Amino acid sequence: MLVDTQSIQLSNPSLSQQPDSLGRFGQFGGKYVPETLMAALSELETALAKYRNEPLFQQQIQELLRNYVGRPTPLYYAERLSQYYARPDGTGPQIYLKREDLNHTGAHKINNALGQVLLAKRMGKQRIIAETGAGQHGVATATVCARFGLECVIYMGIHDMERQALNVFRMRLMGAEVRPVEAGTGTLKDATSEAIRDWVTNVETTHYILGSVAGPHPYPMMVRDFQAIIGQETRAQSQEQWGGLPDILLACVGGGSNAMGLFHDFINQPSVRLIGVEAAGEGVDTAKHAATLTKGRVGVLHGAMSYVLQDEEGQIVEAHSVSAGLDYPGVGPEHSYLQVSERAEYYSVTDQQALAAFQLLSQLEGIIPALETSHAIAYLETLCPQLTGSPRIIICCSGRGDKDVQTVAKFLNAS
Amino acid sequence: MTTISQHFESLRQNNQRALIPFITAGDPDLDLTAEAIRVLDAGGADFIELGVPYSDPLADGPVIQAAATRALQQGTSLASILAMAQSLTRNLRSPLILFTYYNPILNLGIKIFLQQLVAAGIKGLVVPDLPVEEAGELLQQADAAGIEVILLVTPTSPKQRIEAIADRSRGFIYLVSVTGVTGMRSQIQTGVKDVITEIRSVTNKPIGVGFGISTPEHARQIIDWGADGVIVGSAFVQRLAEGTPYHRLRAVRDFCSELKTTIS
Repeated sequence: MLVDTQSIQLSNPSLSQQPDSLGRFGQFGGKYVPETLMAALSELETALAKYRNEPLFQQQIQELLRNYVGRPTPLYYAERLSQYYARPDGTGPQIYLKREDLNHTGAHKINNALGQVLLAKRMGKQRIIAETGAGQHGVATATVCARFGLECVIYMGIHDMERQALNVFRMRLMGAEVRPVEAGTGTLKDATSEAIRDWVTNVETTHYILGSVAGPHPYPMMVRDFQAIIGQETRAQSQEQWGGLPDILLACVGGGSNAMGLFHDFINQPSVRLIGVEAAGEGVDTAKHAATLTKGRVGVLHGAMSYVLQDEEGQIVEAHSVSAGLDYPGVGPEHSYLQVSERAEYYSVTDQQALAAFQLLSQLEGIIPALETSHAIAYLETLCPQLTGSPRIIICCSGRGDKDVQTVAKFLNAS
Repeated sequence: MTTISQHFESLRQNNQRALIPFITAGDPDLDLTAEAIRVLDAGGADFIELGVPYSDPLADGPVIQAAATRALQQGTSLASILAMAQSLTRNLRSPLILFTYYNPILNLGIKIFLQQLVAAGIKGLVVPDLPVEEAGELLQQADAAGIEVILLVTPTSPKQRIEAIADRSRGFIYLVSVTGVTGMRSQIQTGVKDVITEIRSVTNKPIGVGFGISTPEHARQIIDWGADGVIVGSAFVQRLAEGTPYHRLRAVRDFCSELKTTIS
């Protein structure tokens, strides 16, 4: 099956939900950054507006997505997983996986990193910085920097460097400098803060490839638009495979880029349920979780107004998740908007539930998912018994789990 | 006590330049912060900028980050800082300016926050992660409450932005001397002179220059380039971070008077 990504890209522009001129989705979003960055954000907005519809830019990105990244990714019917959740009479939800794990570098993160590096090249920036949690965005950024010969610095929390050692090696192998961040808990929040400080200091020469639909405008919109290819392909593939739309879209949410990428093309399609799954860590009623939309309050973190995990003083609190990619006390502003406007639903699953799903998918389908992705899969336990008939569920299989095998082995040995 | 604008005006009339030390509240504890404020006030400071420690200080370099972390570990809260300030402001010559990131303001609610500043006798406010586009509501309510919100200009601000910022800023214009975060530097960027000239061309409001100014020589240079005041942060925070309480306060006093002498 071959999906014509070029024609998909240009389809249904009226469905796009655009933020206002200040970058707001309802009350969420905006630009809460030091003055030093304001000119650079304007420059980025201008470049984005100029190139996003430029035929040469589009042609280059489509060509690279096809021949370098390996798109389109398959929409795969998970037969044994569907059987596992079937009712005694054999009926039940039909579960599909959008195989972003089959992208070059093993996750959806490359879709955005590639788009942004092409933009950075056109803006004449020679130096690239990025933050990373699980290391997938760091690897994607290091990859595109190697491909285009740009200097690359990745900020990563020391705790994450330890639990994602394989990805640290991959980044360094491709020529990136990985800078350890010791502040706070040494996780994604701290790495993001440090990347922003670098950008404040080197803004004239440097482009910051932010990896999620978070941060100041235009990042949430731009990252979403580079990730929207996931949903656009999904729509075309659904049409091709069963001649209709999916009923439910399911994705994990840390910052929320794979979820936004999957959801975006279906936002104005009210028959399609959108479900995001956050990390409940050791439980949402403990202090150790990352369930921002479930337990957070409206605040400002890393340049955007959104739901934020914070204490009664307005200090940002440290998140917890077994999955480094979801271990973040913020969430993309558009997700906050989708929750408040009740267009999307958000739930959470615990570390233990995610670890069980990690094993389940490995054993039933021969697909080892990332721990992040495992959160979306784990929610099937709750979701499937609530459903009637045979709805089609598409899960964004956002990344592969090779990077997590040591973490999981440690957990399995301990329990 | 006078407003920031009035205090700057009287300094101008006496052909004086302002020294504006910054310290992080609660490092090493609020008692020593209170002592340091008294020492600065008696030792030549014209305004004192008091930093509210924050978990994610995006505009701050390592020295102030570390001070904020220590202050938070001490349990320093906005309420305890304002209570400390309230006990002092009546007897201070120098107006107090609060420096805080936006989330703690949002958390409390803009209106309540401003009421608490007024009650504590705080005169000015700097919010480093709130650019002019996002500051509308705060600026409007602060004007009504009589709190002067000082906006920042940086070397990367285009002329149009400088005009908008100068128009909306109260008290003075805070010119960030470096493209970067707070912290001590070995030298100051020569481009600062041009930005001072550019700000001058659009406003008569005073210009205070901060970030990276860490020696009397730097301060002198900034004044020679035409600024109305200098803000010195990390170099004070560093002096408060080490030694016995006596030594810390003495280091702050000596540095303050050295700076004041140099710029007078």
